[in-house]
Amino acid sequence: MNVIAKPDPDSEIERLEASAVNSAKVRQPLYAPRKKIFPKRASGSFRRFKWIVMLITLGIYYLTPWIRWDRGPFAPDQAVLIDMANRRFYFFFIEIWPQEFYIVAGLLVMAGFGLFLITSAVGRAWCGYTCPQTVWVDLFLVVERGIEGDRNARMKLDAGPWTLEKIVKRVAKHAIWIAIAIATGGAWIFYFADAPTLFVDLFTGTAAPIAYITVAVLTATTYTFGGLMREQVCTYMCPWPRIQAAMLDEHSLTVTYNDWRGEPRSRHAKKAAAAGQSVGDCVDCNACVAVCPMGIDIRDGQQLECITCALCIDACDSVMDKLGRERGLISYATLADYNTNMAIATAGNTCAITPALVRTPQGKLTDKLAHFHVRKIFRPRTLVYFGAWSLVGLLLLYALLTRDRLEVNVLHDRNPLYVTLSDGAIRNGYTVKLLNKIPEPRTIIVTLQGLRGAEMSVVGIDQPADRSFAIRVEPDKLTTLKVYVRQPADHVEDKVQRFHFVVEDKSSFETDSYNAQFEAPERHK
Amino acid sequence: MSEKHIDELSGIETTGHEWDGIKELNNPLPRWWVWTFYATIVWALAYTIFYPAWPMLSSATTGVLGYSSRNDVKAELAAAVAAKGEMAAAVAAKPVDEILADEKLRTFAISAGAAAFKVNCVQCHGSGAAGSPGYPNLNDDEWLWGGKPEDILTTISHGIRFAADDATRFSEMPPFGDTLDKDQIAQVASYVVSLSGTPANPSLVEGGKAIFTENCAACHGEDAKGLRDFGAPNLTDAIWLRGSGEAAISAQIAAPKHGIMPAWAGRLGESTVKELTVYVHSLGGGE
Repeated sequence: MNVIAKPDPDSEIERLEASAVNSAKVRQPLYAPRKKIFPKRASGSFRRFKWIVMLITLGIYYLTPWIRWDRGPFAPDQAVLIDMANRRFYFFFIEIWPQEFYIVAGLLVMAGFGLFLITSAVGRAWCGYTCPQTVWVDLFLVVERGIEGDRNARMKLDAGPWTLEKIVKRVAKHAIWIAIAIATGGAWIFYFADAPTLFVDLFTGTAAPIAYITVAVLTATTYTFGGLMREQVCTYMCPWPRIQAAMLDEHSLTVTYNDWRGEPRSRHAKKAAAAGQSVGDCVDCNACVAVCPMGIDIRDGQQLECITCALCIDACDSVMDKLGRERGLISYATLADYNTNMAIATAGNTCAITPALVRTPQGKLTDKLAHFHVRKIFRPRTLVYFGAWSLVGLLLLYALLTRDRLEVNVLHDRNPLYVTLSDGAIRNGYTVKLLNKIPEPRTIIVTLQGLRGAEMSVVGIDQPADRSFAIRVEPDKLTTLKVYVRQPADHVEDKVQRFHFVVEDKSSFETDSYNAQFEAPERHK
Repeated sequence: MSEKHIDELSGIETTGHEWDGIKELNNPLPRWWVWTFYATIVWALAYTIFYPAWPMLSSATTGVLGYSSRNDVKAELAAAVAAKGEMAAAVAAKPVDEILADEKLRTFAISAGAAAFKVNCVQCHGSGAAGSPGYPNLNDDEWLWGGKPEDILTTISHGIRFAADDATRFSEMPPFGDTLDKDQIAQVASYVVSLSGTPANPSLVEGGKAIFTENCAACHGEDAKGLRDFGAPNLTDAIWLRGSGEAAISAQIAAPKHGIMPAWAGRLGESTVKELTVYVHSLGGGE
């Protein structure tokens, strides 16, 4: 690849010798070796936006485990904690037990619908701004630029011989990358244990082996994906580029090269104008190709590799500014608008793209051109996605607000189903499970409701048989009771009788009940 | 092979194999694949050096690491025994009453007893210990020989009517078919049926009562509530070892059947018998 950037004789615009790694004109074979990409630093509003998003997402990732949240003496004080050992998930004021995992499933459904919504409205915004792959590659590129310089310097260094300087720079770059990778892997495990404790344990060598293994695996994947593989992860490994085509329609915003005003492109616009040739706005400076982290040429049109990071928009806009032309040669545009404008530029597809057709005699872009309007975001597809997303959200909210913090589950003994006692009474055995889902100990009253004349006894509690028992339950724990229910012979009404185990917390008035059945031999009918 | 076959279309050498006009191209294997393949060969050879592999006449080579799956099992078993060590020692040392009083020990003994029960006892008493005709239900509150922990312990240790154990529990109901005639047996059966509040023929009950007092009360008691010293069942309750109803009772009076339970102390050892005792006592009817 040619390294030299030579000044253009026509203008102050720097012309970059950049070519797409895979272009529409020259399709690479599927098993072609990777071409190295040296993305140039971009600057502009999208780049600024991406810095902000990067700060926020990295901040969330690294800092969340360190947020504290007081839950009293019987529960951990980490705001976000996935406690595998005790099978609890804490998220600020929410505590989820494994049987409430549907909430997590619901959140995943919401994430899915949210992704569909965002994609159908503004294209692959997830890929371009918030995907961890994108964010970490961005971070790794910052390091690379800081050490090896911008595009040209990096290309020169890469092509040059192994001098001491090159070795030092390369070692430094990879060392910092690995440090970032370790920090990334290290932050992950803090979500699964008390962060301050684990932090100390990690460095004193007393953390669990799985902690070190996880850090090692995530360090390796972060370093490999973010530093070495980069765009290949998106192009070859990720399924989303393949799926996203189904999410987009003609009203979705995507990063678009507006060839209706750019073509025919010319490197010598002034000469061409002097010669009376009509040329478009594109001066073929390749700035859009040079900044692309995916190494593509957006002027080939929308393509699988494009993650819509919009850095080419920034690059092109700054060139247009220098040329004194309107911004937006590369812009976020919908296919519908693009087609409308293309029809104007080609006079309804009757001629080649003619720059004069999109400009007024004074040289301004005509006001017949279509522009994106926010109102186009509200269309049936996005409204359906938003509706589905909101519905799941509201259902989850309802489930969260009305879920039981006290629960009873009952298992009937199956062998034997019933026992006939010497006085003819029938006894059934049950395993009663009391779920105290709050991090405080409490006293639960377990009562029989229905089943005439029956009384129960609880194994391990030395009290005479009764219809009701007070049980002390541990905070945030499941308490298992073995309960025998005994019904006198003359009260047995049927082979199967239904009744309820009712549990109640007298202080909070929470109750729950379980519809259980009582079995008796046939002859009692 | 001297002759080289070149595929016209792709210009790549073929293997010379052809099926229905389809030729096999001789593309080189991917390098990563080849190196992985070589690595597996090296691995396999190294494996046979470090681990038991090559078959010899009587056994296989042992490998320089001295690995053996039998040793693994031995180690795991030893670890399992060691894990139970403290609790098992406490069960061995303490009498059943003390085991029952200690919640941790009781839980341990119940689990161990349940496991032993599933291996040794379910054949007769059923997997839920609910028994079947002739084999007592261990869940209920009727005990032929007593339902206190020490009674259960004695029964399990020495068995019932088990000739090989001198301390075995022994009793035998005589076959009244030899001494009573058919009508008399019918009368006694009606009387016994009436004792548990079940409707019976009143004309027979009266005569039956007299015959009962004369022949049966010695073991079953004047009030027919049984005598545990003889393993004589309570005839006034709702539980019938060999079936309720006059026919079943008449049959048992005329030619009684007697179950035999083996003595387990010698076979299973003191500890297991104690664990079984705790388990059986925990089933709901323990006294």
